[in-house]
Amino acid sequence: MTSATAAIFEARGVCKRYGGVHALDDVSLSVRPGEVLAVVGENGAGKSTLMKVLAGVVQPSRGSVLVDGRPTVFAHIHQALSAGVALIHQELNLAPNLDLGANVFLGREPRRLGFISKKAIADQARQHMARVGLEVSPEVRLDSLSLGQQQLVEIAKALSVDARVLIMDEPTSSLSQQEADKLYKVVRQLRERGIAICYISHRLHEVTDLADRVVVLRDGRSVGELSGAQIDRDKIVRMMVGRDISQYYQRTPLAAGGVAITARSLRTSAFPSEELDFSVRSGEIVGLAGLVGAGRTELLTTLFGITPMLGGSLHVDGKPYAPQTAAEAIAAGVVLAPEDRRQCGLLLQKGVRWNLSLASLRKTLSRWGFVRPRAEGKLCTDTIEQLRIKTPDRESPVHTLSGGNQQKVVLGKWLATKPRVLLLDEPTRGIDVGSKSEIYALMHELAGRGVAVLFASSDMEEILGLSDRALVMHHGRITGEVHRDQLSEESVMQLAVAET
Amino acid sequence: MRANRLNPFSSLEGSKFLGIFSLLMVICIYTAISSDRFLLAANLENIVHRTALFGILSIGVAFVIVTGGIDLSIGSVVCLTGVMLPFLLTQCNWSVAASLATVLGASAAIGLFHGVMITKMRLQPFVVTLCGLLFYRGAARGITKDRSQGFGLEFTDLRSLATGHIPLFGDVAGDFRLPATTLLLIIIAIIAMVILNRTVFGRYLFAIGGNREAARYSGINVDRFTTSAYVICSTLAGLGGILFVLDINAAQPSDFGNFYELYAIAAAVLGGCSLRGGEGNISGVVVGAAVMVVLTNTINLVHPEYQKIEFAIIGGVILAGVTADALVRRLVASRNRANSS
Repeated sequence: MTSATAAIFEARGVCKRYGGVHALDDVSLSVRPGEVLAVVGENGAGKSTLMKVLAGVVQPSRGSVLVDGRPTVFAHIHQALSAGVALIHQELNLAPNLDLGANVFLGREPRRLGFISKKAIADQARQHMARVGLEVSPEVRLDSLSLGQQQLVEIAKALSVDARVLIMDEPTSSLSQQEADKLYKVVRQLRERGIAICYISHRLHEVTDLADRVVVLRDGRSVGELSGAQIDRDKIVRMMVGRDISQYYQRTPLAAGGVAITARSLRTSAFPSEELDFSVRSGEIVGLAGLVGAGRTELLTTLFGITPMLGGSLHVDGKPYAPQTAAEAIAAGVVLAPEDRRQCGLLLQKGVRWNLSLASLRKTLSRWGFVRPRAEGKLCTDTIEQLRIKTPDRESPVHTLSGGNQQKVVLGKWLATKPRVLLLDEPTRGIDVGSKSEIYALMHELAGRGVAVLFASSDMEEILGLSDRALVMHHGRITGEVHRDQLSEESVMQLAVAET
Repeated sequence: MRANRLNPFSSLEGSKFLGIFSLLMVICIYTAISSDRFLLAANLENIVHRTALFGILSIGVAFVIVTGGIDLSIGSVVCLTGVMLPFLLTQCNWSVAASLATVLGASAAIGLFHGVMITKMRLQPFVVTLCGLLFYRGAARGITKDRSQGFGLEFTDLRSLATGHIPLFGDVAGDFRLPATTLLLIIIAIIAMVILNRTVFGRYLFAIGGNREAARYSGINVDRFTTSAYVICSTLAGLGGILFVLDINAAQPSDFGNFYELYAIAAAVLGGCSLRGGEGNISGVVVGAAVMVVLTNTINLVHPEYQKIEFAIIGGVILAGVTADALVRRLVASRNRANSS
């Protein structure tokens, strides 16, 4: 890499708004042939949006993308591809049921007399795969490969269209260490061959190892650029964090009671070799921080009996607790507001009433198997009023409500069961600011009533603003515990990116 | 009715019922005008009797469809119970009670088997019940050595369960006497309605069909309730088979009950059940079954020359019905969007 080479790929003043939210605000970057440019930032800093803009998946609201110094508008990802810009996405864009050759040439199969030429596909695919160090037959099905190998197939596919710019979005997030090492090797080879690589990651050690330059994003803005010897992990962490905490968090300290839930040597199916130990007291709000893929969701679903517990022991209120199903968890007073509330939390087509009563029908709202309509109606009216759920009436299908009100319906459903331990996974994802603060207030109120609250969040402000204590996870392990008086973005982030 | 359906605030269930009920009325009025035999007491008795037989099958499959499943084995279960009952009574000389208990128990066991295969083995309902469709018919033909089964002149008391009439409305309805099967349908339909609309069990079935994962996350034992829906479906299919054979007094194992699963599913869909699950109401399903029966009657009375293409006509009418339903829904949805924004 020489600084004399002109940038092959550039973004100038790119802005992207979703509704009233600035996902990207005036971001500029450039990458030269034979250079690895890393883009880092917290969850939600705008990394993925930036990559999508660069690859032509979404259009910027303002600003432009330049290829070879010429402004280019990609109306579609295919146009980006024909300009030599390829995106290797977090979720692979491959057909798992087809063989490797078919995947590499999907949509532009070499033909002979109108028929697909299997031989040409196999021969050419083998060449492209050799370039990324993938030595398997082009005729095996994609889903028989490991995720790391599939990623290499995706790169081979990009190379087969002579991509000159590769955009890699968290390429190692689901790879094992060996697979990741192999990928690093391929990235270095591609760089030597003069390909420009834009590499997004939140794994700082790979960024410090691979990158020639680093751009740090925060809140959709570029907060600085480091190159060569300046690249230093602590410096990057400082740039990633450090901003004002918003006002809408109510930091009323709560007097915590006895221990409500304890885990000893708990092992979950996501990271079977890691053991987790922690406890949450009643009246306490504990934040579960960590980067995407750290194993927070799996921990919560294990506590809720949805995914099996592989080992260790749990106690709720001192009694042994080993839930096999959600029903057992609910009976023990443990409830979960899941991350994907549309998929796992709500009957979207059904009315507010049905959703609110669903979990308490059997215990409190029925007699001899018959629903007691008046009790059910009263519960709904009370909950709607208490949580200020904005809905035209009790029968409105919940898919017509806003995200915040949908989440309130999920919480209302659980409140009716009088829980001891409330688990929340990304409680305010996709929720507007006004409803957010209402949900925070609700979490506080519940803690005040003696409920133990454990919430996972990728939103650093939320972790800092709400937690009495934060548990930080990295790659399936709890790497640390931070009490409120020591809580800071830096202390949490250091633990979240821990690499030991 | 049209205005009502276009009103976004009217309930979906109610408007669906109105839609299918209007379709039934249109066909009835057309037939009554075109043929003077339609309104004869004997013809009407026959219509409500046949509606009862198919309605019982349709109510059964509605339970399964509400959970988002399907049962293709109904016709073969009808066949199996239909040949087994006379076989046990006349060839094995079993008592009436033992024979009835055995065939109904076998039907319930079939449903249990379907449910376990679907929930525990995680097989697709379509596949499990398709195999059932083949298996039970094969079993019925094997057990009876493919010979036609009937009661001859015996068991007239038992047969009156399906052939009898109740002079309930003797004074008001002239010659019309209510078939015993219709009374049975009314009882079953009321029980089914109460179960689906008033009990926790019914609510859970809708919840499972609406969103399986959300139901599981709400602490509902999804496997157990799904299985019970299949038990209900197969048991009602078995009951239907008993009534059909008592009525007709002859069951040929190779074609008895052929295609009945499709009539039942068609009636349930016409009556407002969504094959995606989570939607359906029993009154609509019964009216859906009536539409199918009346359509056949219309062809016989008004257009006997079209009897050969009866299937084509029934298929066309169902398709037109569900297309109209989809169009009206899309219209309502777009109006709702316009209203809310």
